Amino acid sequence: MAKITVTVNGSTHTSTVEDRTLLVHFLREQLNLTGTHVGCDTSQCGACVVLVDGKSVKSCTTLAARCDGASVTTIEGLSTDGSMHPLQEGFWECHGLQCGFCTPGMIMAATDLLAQNPNPTDDEIRHGLEGNLCRCTGYHNIVRSVQYAAAKMRGEAVSSQNA
Amino acid sequence: MIPAAFEYVKASSVAQAIALLNQHGDEAKVIAGGHSLLPAMKLRLSQPAVLIDIAQVAELKGIKTAGSTLTIGAGETYHAIATSATVISACPVLASCTGQIGDIQVRNAGTIGGALAHADPAADLTAVFLALGGTVTVQSAGGTRSIAADDLFVSMLMTALDSGELITAVSVPVMSKGQGASYAKLKHPASRYAIVGVAAAVTISNGVVSACRVAVTGAGPQAVRQPSVEKALIGTSGDAASIKAACASAGADMEYLGDIHASEEYRRAMVKVYAARALTDAVAAARA
Repeated sequence: MAKITVTVNGSTHTSTVEDRTLLVHFLREQLNLTGTHVGCDTSQCGACVVLVDGKSVKSCTTLAARCDGASVTTIEGLSTDGSMHPLQEGFWECHGLQCGFCTPGMIMAATDLLAQNPNPTDDEIRHGLEGNLCRCTGYHNIVRSVQYAAAKMRGEAVSSQNA
Repeated sequence: MIPAAFEYVKASSVAQAIALLNQHGDEAKVIAGGHSLLPAMKLRLSQPAVLIDIAQVAELKGIKTAGSTLTIGAGETYHAIATSATVISACPVLASCTGQIGDIQVRNAGTIGGALAHADPAADLTAVFLALGGTVTVQSAGGTRSIAADDLFVSMLMTALDSGELITAVSVPVMSKGQGASYAKLKHPASRYAIVGVAAAVTISNGVVSACRVAVTGAGPQAVRQPSVEKALIGTSGDAASIKAACASAGADMEYLGDIHASEEYRRAMVKVYAARALTDAVAAARA
């Protein structure tokens, strides 16, 4: 067993986990943060993407024990004071989801993308989200959603029409 | 899927990791990025009793050039290499290759030392490392030694590393004027593993190809060089006709693997196509 102290969405948790516990199971089953999804479970689909120390990782392929001392951000940690993060708002406004299963991973990967590149082209968004699979929307509206968020985060006026 | 139980140890130094390797022998596995090992463990294809985590060992970090050699710590991630100004200027093919491995989450985790030690048949870096003629620095309780790229890959998933040895650094030559290298791959659309990948490095002196190394990954059990292509191109101008002629023998003398993604015949055909693309780009880079 491993004793780990992890800061998740700003709250510090000290927990005992099995050495083999994967980060996604720690988040979902011990912290009840079920917004992070298990999709393919083979590190291809990206439904489980979270930020560890600001970098996007696939939490189905990350050991919880490795995250001792780390800071983790999940989809539940994005909104502040009840108002949506620009990415959440973008996915809402631009119809960036249908079933929503891939959405938490898409948004967390996009968070990392926009932190590195606040003004991405559509191609850069598609390339940056290549680790996330969506089986509903065909990606077009996901790209628009990220453009909406990017514009809003740059302080520009936004609407779902011009994103 | 959950791996079989194991004991996890976070190593804080190379010496500690090697001591643990010696203590546990074949029961232990080293984990860096873990994106090859953990999936294998989840499928119970690998069931180590002890996992030695070297991802946070500071000695395994660092990217620097000294003279004509670029040296990268084995623990540097693909993303760090792909975005390193030092790598982009000293050996651009290494930056472009690492920038197209998997996806950003894989690149945030995977390391150059891990890729070469694991020697996946469809890894990208194995071919680039062979084409560049690099060396790995390997440390064990007995000291350090260097292994040349040509001697590293022994068979499928097998390298010349002995048990108790750890790759600590990877060195490749700094590209100088007249040299160019390129990596061209046919990628699997979801995993982005190479179905066929070809790396080529050429030197052009006085308008003539004076040195050439070509290596193929993805198509067979291990990355292999293509001596007949290399020999055929040396002494030519490196123009389209010479590349086409040289690539006629690409992939002729190697083992192949066929699977659900591509048959052996298709891979055999694509080796010629991607060898020509890699060589064309490498020659253009050498002339630039």
